Amino acid sequence: MTTELEQPDPRVRRLKGVVIRFAGDSGDGMQLTGDRFGAQAAEAGNDVATLPDFPAEIRAPAGTVGGVSSYQLHVADHDITTPGDQPDVLVAMNPAALKATLKDLRPGGVLIVDSGAFNVRALEKAGYDSDPLTDGSLSNYILHAVDLTGLAVGATEGLGLKRKDAARTKNMFALGLVSWMFNQPIESTVAYLEKRFAKKPPEILAGNLASLRAGVDYGDTTEAFAVSYEVKPAPLPPGTYRHMRGNRAIAFGLVAAAHQAGMPLFLGAYPITPATDVLHELSKLISHDVRSYQAEDEIAAIGAAIGGAFAGMLAVTVTSGPGMALKSEAIGLAISLELPLVIVNVQRGGPSTGLPTKTEQSDLLQSLYGRHGEAPLPVLAAQSPADCFNAAFEAAQIALERRTPVILLSDSYIANGSEPWKVPDVSELPDLGIEFATEPNGVGKDGKPAFHPYKRDPRTLARPLAIPGTPGLEHRIGGLEKADGSGEISHDADNHDLMVRTRQNKVDGIEVPPLEVDDPSGPPGFGSKLLVIGWGSTYGPIGAACRLVRQQGLAIAQAHLRYLNPLPANLASILAAYDTVLVPEMNLGQLGGLLRMHCQIEPVGYTQTRGLPFRAVELAAVFTRLVNDLEDGAAALSTEDIKAIGGTGKVGRSELGSEKNK
Amino acid sequence: MTSADAGGKQLTAKDFSAGEARWCPGCGDHAILNNMRNLMPTLGIPRENFVVISGIGCSSRLPYYLDTYGMHSIHGRAPSIATGVSINRPDLSVWVVTGDGDALSIGGNHLIHALRRNVNLKILLFNNQIYGLTKGQFSPATKPGTITPSSPFGSLDHSFNPLALALGAEASFVARTVDTDRKHMMEILAAAAAHNGSALVEIRQNCPTFNHGERAVTADTSVPTPADGPIRLEAGSPILFGADSQWAVLRDAETGDLKLGRSTEKGVVVHNPRSTSPTYAYALARIADTEPELAPIGVYRAVERPSFDNQYQDRLADARAGGRGDLQDLLTGNDSWTVPARS
Ligand SMILES: Cc1ncc(C[n+]2csc(CCOP(=O)(O)OP(=O)(O)O)c2C)c(N)n1
Ligand code: SF4
Ligand SMILES: [Mg+2]
Repeated sequence: MTTELEQPDPRVRRLKGVVIRFAGDSGDGMQLTGDRFGAQAAEAGNDVATLPDFPAEIRAPAGTVGGVSSYQLHVADHDITTPGDQPDVLVAMNPAALKATLKDLRPGGVLIVDSGAFNVRALEKAGYDSDPLTDGSLSNYILHAVDLTGLAVGATEGLGLKRKDAARTKNMFALGLVSWMFNQPIESTVAYLEKRFAKKPPEILAGNLASLRAGVDYGDTTEAFAVSYEVKPAPLPPGTYRHMRGNRAIAFGLVAAAHQAGMPLFLGAYPITPATDVLHELSKLISHDVRSYQAEDEIAAIGAAIGGAFAGMLAVTVTSGPGMALKSEAIGLAISLELPLVIVNVQRGGPSTGLPTKTEQSDLLQSLYGRHGEAPLPVLAAQSPADCFNAAFEAAQIALERRTPVILLSDSYIANGSEPWKVPDVSELPDLGIEFATEPNGVGKDGKPAFHPYKRDPRTLARPLAIPGTPGLEHRIGGLEKADGSGEISHDADNHDLMVRTRQNKVDGIEVPPLEVDDPSGPPGFGSKLLVIGWGSTYGPIGAACRLVRQQGLAIAQAHLRYLNPLPANLASILAAYDTVLVPEMNLGQLGGLLRMHCQIEPVGYTQTRGLPFRAVELAAVFTRLVNDLEDGAAALSTEDIKAIGGTGKVGRSELGSEKNK
Repeated sequence: MTSADAGGKQLTAKDFSAGEARWCPGCGDHAILNNMRNLMPTLGIPRENFVVISGIGCSSRLPYYLDTYGMHSIHGRAPSIATGVSINRPDLSVWVVTGDGDALSIGGNHLIHALRRNVNLKILLFNNQIYGLTKGQFSPATKPGTITPSSPFGSLDHSFNPLALALGAEASFVARTVDTDRKHMMEILAAAAAHNGSALVEIRQNCPTFNHGERAVTADTSVPTPADGPIRLEAGSPILFGADSQWAVLRDAETGDLKLGRSTEKGVVVHNPRSTSPTYAYALARIADTEPELAPIGVYRAVERPSFDNQYQDRLADARAGGRGDLQDLLTGNDSWTVPARS
């Protein structure tokens, strides 16, 4: 565990932070267990970052390594940005979970295993030749072999639970025990369980509560657990906080935007992992005038959203990579119609079904260019679970103001991950209201007043919107090219060229905030020689790694892009101020290629597509090496060097559009 | 009831006309457009409350020529876009204009789901049994064996019967009319407009440019020929046809199947579009489906079924009975905590 602090009570050790992982079979309830632990810690005021990891199958074969589901949490008394690299504490509910996750546990870490699940068959299924609990292979760890299953069954005796259901409460026993270990109150979990099991037979709730409490008591009374730990609240800025997952934050950001625009929110969606939770969240919010509609496929989902936008709703569609591919023709239509529309892509490993439950950032170029014709639209990316709120709000703001579809990128890592979120004060949110046209703005061929849907605002180039039901403004729009101004069908060559350029200018003209660089050693050109730049969910790991580098007394600069289109105006000049620009990405260098194209620089990429976020220590090792090399005057890191320092990624020029492809 | 403008002036077909239609001379679409322009002012709906959404095809150009709100969208997707308009805005009268390729081929999925949900859309399917705009390839409604540029040796595809398809999707209103019969089309379109829920109207439409409609000539007088058609369906009346009503739709006493025969025979069917079971309408849809000239026209099925729109809006109204939810309460939730300002 990270540094221990002064210890007033010898039986309670104070920690700055701890990384805990719960691992078990997909049916063992590990996601719930981890989620509750995180919520408890957050309520106790800790900074918390979480990383759920589960198999693609709903129920992979029980007891196998492939079916292991886990949930990692980083709990700290200070501001953290990642769920941690290596667990300090690992709870393994069966041999398969131990097999799959032990390699990640820090040497000397605490290992709690359910000895009740370590029988011959289970060991065999997990691929163990001998029992690790007795063969000495775990001697590097502080091992607590506890019969969690047996104790849970014992705790629920007499409550009328079937043996199978009694055994299933072992996750609550484990949660109780670990809550005791970290001096966490379990009240909020009790309240949560009461709500969750309200509609189940009463013995189910009783059994889960009994096991939860028994776990706490077990820690309290068992000698093996002589010490417990405490992580003090993190010094967050004053305010009201909530434990927030990325997907819920997106839903809330959209609802807030609709509220601030005074419009109903309309969602057209088709379920797809890992975006489905946004559909689930929004479907609940009907009393906030959220209209959610589950369509027959992704095309119909965006189709309905386009219809909703035409009819005056704040329209949204949410999906992941394969769904984005299906929507691309309709996105072209929305660009041509110039209707406000938010398109959320919660990315996952691709292509095709790929790694549906794992994270990746490989749809950046699809978002920017994956359409027919010249079809520009704004693209922005959320950088952390809590940031999803702001990102969604901003996406809606741009869509409404500029009358354009906007793509918001998130990914599986921040969608399912969570962290404390400072609840905004609604009275401080900006007003997003737009005015719909109510009067003709031109003269028709017949000399009478008419509505010209493509007569733009000269500053923003946004077109006026007249919604059906407005008398006198009847008009047609469509995918055929329209005459500038009047919006009538036009096949005129000059007009098409003008419209193509106007649509581009409209997007290019969006004012995005300048890129900011975080470098305590000085402004661009005067501080570090190395700038690390990223986008999206790599914000946390890159930031954590930069701190580690700075702790060694080295200088390093970090910048992160919210807007991928248009790019901040000062981007090229900032990048030019550094000797080396490093771009860590969970793809093969898509942003790297983009920077080369837009800023005429030659960035170094550090890329991986392993379905998991970067580990901060790994990035720190790479950054440190580069900083040192730069000091020595030669930055030439090879993939072999990376391997030698424990890296798993590939280093080098972006593999897209590089020399070898010319 | 008729439509009037803000000043109380009665609107006419002219008020619903926009631009000059650019279809081939003799194209059936002209007649349909003309009928729409005449029908709309008679429906008692303010002009600004009409929304006409189409896909892609010759037929799908129609919204440009109607002075209402409209959208010419993308191939096959009009029902989905129209759904997004209709379920959010119950005050609007939403029409879909689509072709046999647009509705049955690329957009087949959206069509069946709109009908299944019973979204309050008036779907006009212009069936010329061909892809007109792309110059005459066979469509899912084209008779097998048809020679087209993409089937120079005759098409192999078995064809869809649009009405049977719609009935299979449990559409609540299914009808057929023809471009050449103005009075009939006006009646059918008015009935569709009055229906609450999805109304699918197949309009048999002539494409003189690409669908020459070579007709098999038969001299056999023991069976009805295309010249005896079309069979006209009138609710509550026996289904008789032919110049002297010499033919009829009969129910076979043994099998219960529908068949064509002499009107003097036993078992003449009395048309009932309100029959709750779709089986009868389905049998009717199949009865002469290889003979477009003979196939029945009229309302096959018109039943009451709650529309998706009504249910959707009722839910919203119920959920907001006490006003729109408080955003601050939502964001704050009941699991938040407060970090006090440090002194
Ligand atoms: C995605 C897409 N694929 C293909 C086309 C080309 N296309 C345009 S109209 C059409 C067929 C239209 O047939 P139908 O719906 O019967 O309309 P008609 O022209 O006969 O009225 C096709 C294939 C297109 N516009 N978009
Ligand atoms: S090609 Fe056929 S359907 Fe198209 S406009 Fe000409 S006649 Fe009409
Ligand atoms: Mg056609």
